[in-house]
This record gives sequence, structure tokens and C-alpha cells, in this order.
Amino acid sequence: MSEIVSGFFQAVNLIVTLNPEVMQIAALSLFISLAATVIAATIAIPLGGLIHFHEFRGKRMLIVLIQTLYSVPTVVVGLVLYLLLSRSGPLGIFGLLFTPEGMIVGQTVLIIPILTGLVIASLGGIDRNISDTLISLGATSFQTIVQIVKEARLAILSAVVLGFGRAISEVGVAMMIGGNIRGATRVLTTAIALQTGIGDFPFSIALGLILLLIALVVVIIMNLITSGLSVETQQVLGGPRT
Amino acid sequence: MKKFSVLSLGILLIILLVGGVFISGCTTTQPGPAVTTVVTTPPTTAAVEKPKLLIATTTSLYDTKLLDYLEPKFESQYNVDIQITSQGTGKAIEIAKKGDADVLLVHSPSQELVFVKDGFGINRRSFASNYFLVVGPSADPAGIRNMTPEKAFTTLHQKGTNNTAGVFFVSRGDASGTHTAEKAIWSKASFNYTTRVVKSGAWYIEAGKGMGETLQMASEKKAYTFTDEGTYLSYKSNLQLVPIISEGSSLLNIYSVMTVYNEKQPVEKIQMANNFINFLISNQTQADIANFGVDKYGKALFTPMSVKVPTAPAGNVGDYPTLATDLKPPAVVSNTTAAN
Repeated sequence: MSEIVSGFFQAVNLIVTLNPEVMQIAALSLFISLAATVIAATIAIPLGGLIHFHEFRGKRMLIVLIQTLYSVPTVVVGLVLYLLLSRSGPLGIFGLLFTPEGMIVGQTVLIIPILTGLVIASLGGIDRNISDTLISLGATSFQTIVQIVKEARLAILSAVVLGFGRAISEVGVAMMIGGNIRGATRVLTTAIALQTGIGDFPFSIALGLILLLIALVVVIIMNLITSGLSVETQQVLGGPRT
Repeated sequence: MKKFSVLSLGILLIILLVGGVFISGCTTTQPGPAVTTVVTTPPTTAAVEKPKLLIATTTSLYDTKLLDYLEPKFESQYNVDIQITSQGTGKAIEIAKKGDADVLLVHSPSQELVFVKDGFGINRRSFASNYFLVVGPSADPAGIRNMTPEKAFTTLHQKGTNNTAGVFFVSRGDASGTHTAEKAIWSKASFNYTTRVVKSGAWYIEAGKGMGETLQMASEKKAYTFTDEGTYLSYKSNLQLVPIISEGSSLLNIYSVMTVYNEKQPVEKIQMANNFINFLISNQTQADIANFGVDKYGKALFTPMSVKVPTAPAGNVGDYPTLATDLKPPAVVSNTTAAN
């Protein structure tokens, strides 16, 4: 018990004094996961829209497949990408293995399914009446799409935040693609795994606290969005629109 | 047009949100200009300036912090950025075989000799040694203190499979160098590892983790385990484990380094890897290794070759005084060259 308490105080000390190693690891974690989230969102939002607004054979199957990939284990993504990115693998010429760029690729691949799926769900969640109304009012199909995306934007935004949460908290891709190299690819989760293995609990606790702080910020933002969503939904359901 | 401005506002919000998470994530710790100094040192830019040398190594070498200690010395000498990924020996060798590392630093002579013989590595040099230990609870519930390793393993197996109270053994179970050495003792004690040891009962626990975590697990479970001396000494203060067996020829642990070779490997990387090997076997580094850990643990964690060359079966101790100069494997790779 005393170990936890003293570890906690040392951890707070490490954070408050801006311990360079702790800060560097936290900054790298944020950088990688944010980059992955931005790239994944850039791909997943149009992709989700494309799937939602088009009717084609196998659409249901495709959505089921995407939803299955929500829960793909991070180590499986790590393993597949490891084999692809290895210098002796098909994408080896890019030299991405054991680099932050490689980790960004890995986390992007990891969260694209969840983002795409949630974008489709968000768009599907917009009342069918809206598109009917828009069409009856003479909107072109492009205008309809723009309007529906607009209505769904808050739900899409929360999907993006969720994707970020998955990216920053995962350890499989970070460990297998990054290799946990100090000063280069060591991020919060892999550092916690390593330092716990080494027995340096204060350092692990400090990193864990930072990860929790980030999670807290993510949850706060999620809540802000969701509360915004309900207001929006109220408006959609008959509130005054100007 | 108003509608479009709402849309663009939404996009802006995404950017702000993402940026906001970033900034708040950093500043929740403490606001101030220090944050920017942290952010302005992304490792990618540093990597562009200096050549990188990627070392695949074992958890036992890394967890003792020996490499952390040697790293800055080499980096300042050669203006190179050393990157270390620590995995079990089995994984490290796989990474090296795929050409994803430049230097291999491990402690499993039998696997190393195959690696070199197959043409994946050149310039194998042994640079240090220490001993494996069987550690366990001081009460020694299996009564194996001061037995030979083989006798002790036989006794452990017997008492373990009989469900003798308090007899547990935690194995690395991860194809690491330490695990390989453990399996070698089982085989010397005439046990078929896969059929008679693995899954022979609740007493034999396969951790599948690094050495430090395995030691902690053994300590928590009041179990025996097989460890290298260096990692044990550096973790000792956190453990309720004492050395039970520390004598026996099968406990010798030899650390070797080699340059990774494949046809795609640029010659500059091979030369830099050779530099690292020559750095490790240099008089200065050998002296540094001999001092490493003395102040903290009262004894050196590793015995460099310059202090003592252990006696071991032919081939296990690699060359150690000769400078590493080969840029590719010898023209004819045969059994005779691999065994010298």
C-alpha cells in the first residue's frame, strides 16, 4: 500500500516538475495519436458518407464487416503491419518499421473501421424525414448530402473523439510497430508496460496519470458534444430553425 | 450561404477540438512555455540529422540499464543515433533476420551460431558474461539448495508434479535466451521439454514476459525461477527471492554482439554496426562494463571478456579481441568456419 502512495507522490512530482522524459513520451503519444486520428477522419468521413449515400449490392455485408473490425485486436493489426512494413516485407522500402510514422500508419488503420462505422451510423441516425423534406423543397442531391452531413456533424465529431481514445490507449500496434525505442517510439502505453516490467512504479504511475488526464479531457469533450447533440436533435424535431 | 458557414464552423470545430485535446493534454500538467520546447523536439527531425543504428537486444541486457549507460558514450564518439528495441532473444533474432535491425545483441550461443551460419550475421564477438541463477523463496520448499542445476530441476519436477505444497516454478516461456538456457538444463537432466515439462501441472508457470516481470511474478507467487544474474541483482530490492543455486557449468551466460547482414543492408550501416562492436570490445568499454553496477549492487553485473574469459563448449564464446571488419559473410560458409 505504501508503495502505491509513495509512487503516487513521486508521480505527481514527476509531472509537476515537467520531467523531460515523461513530457517527451506524453508529447509523442499525443502527436502520434492525433496525427492518426486526423488522417483516419479524413479518410473515414468521406468513406462513410460514400457508403451511406449509395445503395449497392452487399452494402449490409460491408457494414457488418466494418462493425466486426471495430473489435479487431490491436496486436493483430500490429502483427499484419509488422509483416508488411518489415524491410523484407512488401512495403519495406519505405522503412517505416520502428518509426513514429509507422505507428501513425498502424493507428490509422486501427481506427478507420470504428470511425467509418460510426460515421455511417451517425448519418443513418438523421431522421429520414429530413431528406424527404429537403427533396420535396427542391434541393439537389448535393445540397441534400451537405445538409444531412451538417445535421450529423456532432455525432461524427464524437466518433472522431472516440477514435482518438482508442488510438492513444492502444498498446499492441505501438509495441509491435514502434518497438518501444526510447526517445524515438516510446509512447505512454508502451512505456508503462516497460517501466512496470522494470519495477519503476512511480514512473509508470506518472504516465498512467497523464493517460487518465487525457482520457478525462476526451470524456469531457464527448459530454459537451453529446449535450450539444440533444439540443440539436430537439431543433431537428421541430424547434425553430433560422 | 449561412448554412455553409455553419458547415465550415463544424470543420473548424473538429480542428479546434483535436488541437484542444492536444494542448489541454499537454498543459493539464502545467501551463507554460516548457510545453513548446517539448513539442519542438519530435524525434523524427532528430532522426533525419543523424544516421540511425537500430539495435535489437534482449530484455535482460536492457532491463539492467547497461545499454542506457553505454549509449551516450557511443553516440558522442560516432555522431550516430542509437535506437534500442528490447525483445526476447527469439524475437530479436527474428527482427534481425528480417533485416529490421542493424545490430543483434543477445545471449543464446546455440541460436547465434545458427544465425551466423545461415548468413544473417557477421562479426560475432562475445563481450561479457555472467551466470544464470535459480532463485526462489528463502524457505526453499523444494529443498534444492546447492544441488547441481540438473539435479535441482529433476527434484523440482518431481515435487511439482506431486503437488508438494509451495513448489512452483515460473518460466520465461518466451523463446528468450534465458528460456533457451533453461530448456538446455531440462534436456541435460533428460527431460523432453515439450512433452514432460510444459503442461505437466500447475507448478510449472509459463509467464511469457520479460525477465523483470517474470522475477516479479515469481516473487508474488513465492515460486522459483531461472534468471540471469544481472537482472536479478538490479531488481533484488523489489523481490522476496534469494539465490538458491548459483554453481554449475550449465549456468554460464555469454553475451555476444553481431552485425546484421543481408543483401539490402547498406554498407554504411554495416560499418556503423562494426563500429559499435569494436566499441563494445574496446579496452575503455570493457573497463566500463567491469565497473557497471559496482557502486549500486556491490558487484559488477557483467564480467567483461577483458577480465575473465569463461570456459565453455567450443563456439559458445565467440571471438573477442579481434576488431570487427568484415563487410559480408565469408565466401564459403561451411561448418568449419562457423565452429572456429
